[in-house]
Amino acid sequence: MYVAVKGGERAIENAHRLLANARRGDQGVAEVSLDQISEQLGLAVDRVMSEGSLYDRELAALAIKQARGDLIEAIFLVRAFRATLPRFGASEPVDTGAMRVRRRVSATFKDIPGGQILGPTFDYTHRLLDPSLAEGFVPEAPATSEASSAATPRVTDILGRDGLIETSPQAEEGASVGDLTREPLNFPADRDLRLQNLARGDEGFLLAMGYSTQRGYGRNHPFVGEIRFGDVEVEFAAEEVGFAVPLGSIELTECQMVNQFKGSATEAPCFTRGYGLAFGQSERKTMSMALVDRALRARELGEEALAPAQDEEFVLSHSDNVQATGFVEHLKLPHYVDFQSELGLLRKLRKEFAEASAEANAPDAMKEAAE
Amino acid sequence: MAVLAHAEAGEIAARLRAISLPGHQDLREPENGLVMLRGRVGGDGAPFNLGEATVSRAAVRLASGEIGFGYTLGRDGQKARLIALCDALVQSPEFGAAVERDVIAPLREQLMIRRKQSAEETAATKVDFYTMVRGEG
Repeated sequence: MYVAVKGGERAIENAHRLLANARRGDQGVAEVSLDQISEQLGLAVDRVMSEGSLYDRELAALAIKQARGDLIEAIFLVRAFRATLPRFGASEPVDTGAMRVRRRVSATFKDIPGGQILGPTFDYTHRLLDPSLAEGFVPEAPATSEASSAATPRVTDILGRDGLIETSPQAEEGASVGDLTREPLNFPADRDLRLQNLARGDEGFLLAMGYSTQRGYGRNHPFVGEIRFGDVEVEFAAEEVGFAVPLGSIELTECQMVNQFKGSATEAPCFTRGYGLAFGQSERKTMSMALVDRALRARELGEEALAPAQDEEFVLSHSDNVQATGFVEHLKLPHYVDFQSELGLLRKLRKEFAEASAEANAPDAMKEAAE
Repeated sequence: MAVLAHAEAGEIAARLRAISLPGHQDLREPENGLVMLRGRVGGDGAPFNLGEATVSRAAVRLASGEIGFGYTLGRDGQKARLIALCDALVQSPEFGAAVERDVIAPLREQLMIRRKQSAEETAATKVDFYTMVRGEG
């Protein structure tokens, strides 16, 4: 129960003023700019865009600055902002096969057409703190070599040609695409809604869920078929124009997980798949997403669904960090009346307990007194 | 027109200065909104909603009647208006060739140079596998 209480206005106002000062920190230190955040803390921006479910680097950088680097708070700010804008419509589905790849690796095939391209990665770094970065660091210019014009087909397409992997489910004629920003989530949820939920889900939560499948809670034997990161063109079929207009390009990371095979008396065995896609360079996120996407297909694939990561209602209901933080953090708001009623009840119970104890002890006391 | 969506508003405006523009007016004032970006299950399957992007749009009409539409990712209304203006000019028999030559072609060239540089930097990180030879040779 919530009750409107008056008072505290000045305290709140002053607390916000104090917050503004705490956010700014020592004013003798230069203020951080949005460009600096976007350019130098780019992966934080990517995460805020992914989980804020809004592709706009500048807004994500502003949110990070406003939230003092608290990424979940920043995601909350971005989600609130998106509610203020009208929606023009939905884009044409992006073609990740046509991505201008800046990183692309496969853990299943060494010699993939287009090659293994490491790109800007933390992989193979020694994870030793680098004191030279503390100040005035100027990196050596990137190495260059002649770019090949060879295509970089998806690894799953290569496996698919020989029928070794299941094909992606195609849309049914006239089927609409589920949108959980418009309709509340119902269970069982279709794959489109599950993927939308996971794409905006908390990276930490999905990481833990994905990890749990590897540790045996819903094991599905994953291989990274491919991870690719790069630029993808976006087109939008604007009604008044009459054809798809180009909007520009966005950075995406895609993970194709290749999982344990299935087969039946009527179907030849083939590998199954899990899929991850997210804004920016978000490898851990898309890998976790692909593991969880595959785990959530347990029922569809006739697997026993006993582990948390296979429980659709559990995963999809707890993946959203804005919802989660709202419910957890609301506990610190005044619950005075709630608590008063609990306190009243507790006092009554204690009084009854004391009276019952007194009564139980009374005969003995009287006996003692009589003796 | 994809070239314009990849350019900055300032770059487009600077290139347009080379052309003596005909009279034109806003058919639709620049407006910011959202477009839901879609992916496909497995990259090539049924579509799903990935998340939204900010988009700015505008429409411009030339005095001679051509109507142009401008759409771009982001919230730069001025850029959307400039794209709309270019879209209208491209349709005009009088200005079409000039816009292609003085605005779009040089911006395309710039874009290609940037992409080539990025592709070459990426190519340098491609792994060359070699096999370790075992034995005494």
